[in-house]
Amino acid sequence: MGKKVAIFRKEHFNAAHRLFNPGWDDKTNSDVFGKCALPNYHGHNYELIVKIVGEPNEKTGYVMDMKELSDLVKQEIVERFDHKNLNLDTKEFKNLNPTAENIAIVIYDLLRPHIPGEKDLQIRLYETPRNFVEYPV
Amino acid sequence: MVYLTRIEHFNAAHKLFNPKWSKEKNDEVFGKCANENWHGHNFELYVTIKGEPDPDTGFIFDAKKLGALVTEKITEKLDHKNLNMDVEFMRGKLCSIENLVTAIWQELEPHLPPPVQLHCLKLVETDKIYVEYYGGK
Repeated sequence: MGKKVAIFRKEHFNAAHRLFNPGWDDKTNSDVFGKCALPNYHGHNYELIVKIVGEPNEKTGYVMDMKELSDLVKQEIVERFDHKNLNLDTKEFKNLNPTAENIAIVIYDLLRPHIPGEKDLQIRLYETPRNFVEYPV
Repeated sequence: MVYLTRIEHFNAAHKLFNPKWSKEKNDEVFGKCANENWHGHNFELYVTIKGEPDPDTGFIFDAKKLGALVTEKITEKLDHKNLNMDVEFMRGKLCSIENLVTAIWQELEPHLPPPVQLHCLKLVETDKIYVEYYGGK
């Protein structure tokens, strides 16, 4: 067994969203989601930390090339979500409430096919400096 | 003279859009920030007042009261809102942080009890972008 190392790449995007369950009436949405359910949207500076765990390659010393990881995250995630309205502008959240939890799962599912299978992937997503989520756990 | 700063924060959606211009012209000038369905930020507002410490309290102004005043007069009106659509004091104005910071000054300054003076407002839009305003022209 080689030595496993975790590498991290940080990226960010700014987006608008609202939390809303279309199966509920406005009052229930307001009771459950509070200000986050306001109809005209609000927004965040999302900070995304992508964690990859694996054994460093014998020839390069890399778990994964950071530049390739950065390009991948920009192409698959940042370009998709940056300066967008998550509810209105993205197909991923057409029928999914864009909570930080769900955004983290979506980001994982978008990145996973592009990361070599023997490496572990974990997503940490900051919605605000004080609210953040991790997936998978 | 001593300067005291209180930091408050709010999350909001906005877009940069000049209604006198075509969509193409808005896209050309404001880029991604003109996305018609909004985007958003975690904004941080630094409110700096100046004065002489009161001989009885040692305070320029009670920092907790300053926080409550900024929350009541400013951040409650902005937090989880759409700056273009929901905020009375931004109506008819372009929602740049330059215009937002001067509007916040006009809203807040009259409520500070003399001899407390508002010295500076610093409004942070992202880790890389902020504005400062010291009042006046």
